Amino acid sequence: MDKFEKLTGVAAPLPLINVDTDMIIPKQFLKTIKRSGLGVNLFDEMRYNDDGSEKPDFVLNKPAYRSAEILVAGDNFGCGSSREHAPWAIKDFGIRCVIAPSFADIFFNNCFKNGILPIALPQEQVDLLMKDAEKGENARMTVDLEKQEITTSDGEVIPFQVDAFKKHCLLEGLDDIGLTMAKASEISSFESAMAMERPWV
Amino acid sequence: MSPKTLYDKIWDAHLVHEDEDGTSLLYIDRHLVHEVTSPQAFEGLRMAGRGVHAPDKTIAVPDHNVPTTLDREKGIENEESRIQVEALDKNAKDFGINYYPVNDIRQGIVHIVGPEQGWTLPGMTVVCGDSHTATHGAFGALAHGIGTSEVEHVLATQTLIQKKSKNMKVEITGKLHPGVTAKDITLTVIGKTGTAGGTGYVIEYCGEAIRSLSMEGRMTVCNMAIEGGARAGLIAPDETTFEYIKGRPHAPKGAQWEAALNWWKTLYSDDDAHWDKVVTIDASEIAPVVTWGTSPEDVLPITATVPAPEDFAGGKVDAARRSLEYMGLEPGQKLTDIKIDTVFIGSCTNGRIEDLRAVAEIVKGKKVKDGMRAMIVPGSGLVRAQAEEEGLADIFIEAGFEWRLAGCSMCLAMNPDQLSPGERCAATSNRNFEGRQGRGGRTHLLSPAMAAAAAVTGHLTDVRELM
Ligand code: SF4
Repeated sequence: MDKFEKLTGVAAPLPLINVDTDMIIPKQFLKTIKRSGLGVNLFDEMRYNDDGSEKPDFVLNKPAYRSAEILVAGDNFGCGSSREHAPWAIKDFGIRCVIAPSFADIFFNNCFKNGILPIALPQEQVDLLMKDAEKGENARMTVDLEKQEITTSDGEVIPFQVDAFKKHCLLEGLDDIGLTMAKASEISSFESAMAMERPWV
Repeated sequence: MSPKTLYDKIWDAHLVHEDEDGTSLLYIDRHLVHEVTSPQAFEGLRMAGRGVHAPDKTIAVPDHNVPTTLDREKGIENEESRIQVEALDKNAKDFGINYYPVNDIRQGIVHIVGPEQGWTLPGMTVVCGDSHTATHGAFGALAHGIGTSEVEHVLATQTLIQKKSKNMKVEITGKLHPGVTAKDITLTVIGKTGTAGGTGYVIEYCGEAIRSLSMEGRMTVCNMAIEGGARAGLIAPDETTFEYIKGRPHAPKGAQWEAALNWWKTLYSDDDAHWDKVVTIDASEIAPVVTWGTSPEDVLPITATVPAPEDFAGGKVDAARRSLEYMGLEPGQKLTDIKIDTVFIGSCTNGRIEDLRAVAEIVKGKKVKDGMRAMIVPGSGLVRAQAEEEGLADIFIEAGFEWRLAGCSMCLAMNPDQLSPGERCAATSNRNFEGRQGRGGRTHLLSPAMAAAAAVTGHLTDVRELM
């Protein structure tokens, strides 16, 4: 899994509540054999017309936000079906951090498994960050996981909470596989011993 | 040393790391891969820039989506199926793993190919993103299914995070009567213990009737350990096992064979080992059986009648009512009066050469009942070739069976071979769930010999009457 340490980038404002995973990635894109490549279909129905052309008003279609790395959204973000395709699509688009007043539980956990940092903050602070995000391209904010701080483009600092173990895994880029790989030397000594004991395997 | 079960011994031999809470890291000797549950796992590796830790211990073969009609070189019509198979082609190539593509004579159902090629050996840990991995337990290997995220974990690390299961012994004492097979044993066990009877356990099958089975029969028994709810099924290796393995392409040779044999001979449960649960069944009391409902535990001897919902207790009353309605059956109806539209012989449960021989014995010189759709799908290209060499294929074709190419076929509705709503099928596969063989399709599970009998008579039949 990709590490998440510190990120400075453009934040896209999406002032909607109850953004569900069907909105994030509609079900017709679940037939894929991939986790990658879903970024073009992120928010598909909000983002494209029926003929496939872009809806110019949608935030991620605006020139200022095309390379956004942070998303600021409304309450209960990521509700609905448990599809892991939702964080896959967000990540594939290039967004690594989602800030909202609250998140649906499964989506929240799925984010951590995929190197995305979801941050839940009180409504007033989200409002403040939403305003900052609306300033566009030049208003880059910084999310520092180590210090657990967000710094707005004006230099205002907002602290946030994160589970200690999840923080550790994100900072180190550890998922289940990563954690097991941290035992690589144990695995390789097992393999050497086995090569002696059961060479036919 | 304290006495151990076979499961304990294999577990201990593969333990890389154990946490205080029992969470363990287990080394995996063989990782089998098919096209349905692996694409996202490979994709995960790519996204993380990881490789396959032990490509030489990883074996892939497409089976679920592969058409089994003779014209399959025309390609796969369904786009999603085709894409999944093509993805496996590419992943196998990119990551350098052992691969048997669609056009290879060795291609077949993953659980048939593994043993056939000598990949599965006693005392190994074997996993696959597929629940019927339990099949390989017949060799005294600890074998079980895993999910896609675990597939990725094994690809990347050759280990699996596990907690140990409990030990269950299923002993089949005495001898089977003629006409009673491994399939009848395994169905009878599930009928007795229920589909949750093995939950939390690894089952070891033992006793005279199990010892007397061929490797093919033992694979049939272990294949359905999962339908009994167990994590895995095991049978201790013996001369029958060693005989089967010797000379297979990936079996050890020369001095390595001797060394392996020495270790394999230590793989049995110690006399005073502790069992958390024991089930004993007298082989002489097992009859040829069929399933009447939509759960593999809905098992009855072929001589019985369809049960009534009231014969059951608790939640099973409603479940049975629903099953009977789905299956279109009336309580009190004789099982042998149930008319069959389709016969499917194949799958990882019963798609091996011995199964086909059993079918040939029943249908030789007879004809498939008029209007019946009857197909035989060998479990691998090599099984098919052998059946042709032994003259079995001629018997099948002569009798009016469709003689197919290897794959999962009508075991599950993922390729063109499907039941239509209401169509009633006698199947040698392992699942009779609603819709398993196609939307609205009705499945009766039974042995190859019993399926052959039904093909000839057009209804469920006691095979002993045709012997
Ligand atoms: S034959 Fe059936 S049970 Fe066996 S692997 Fe194929 S689909 Fe699964």
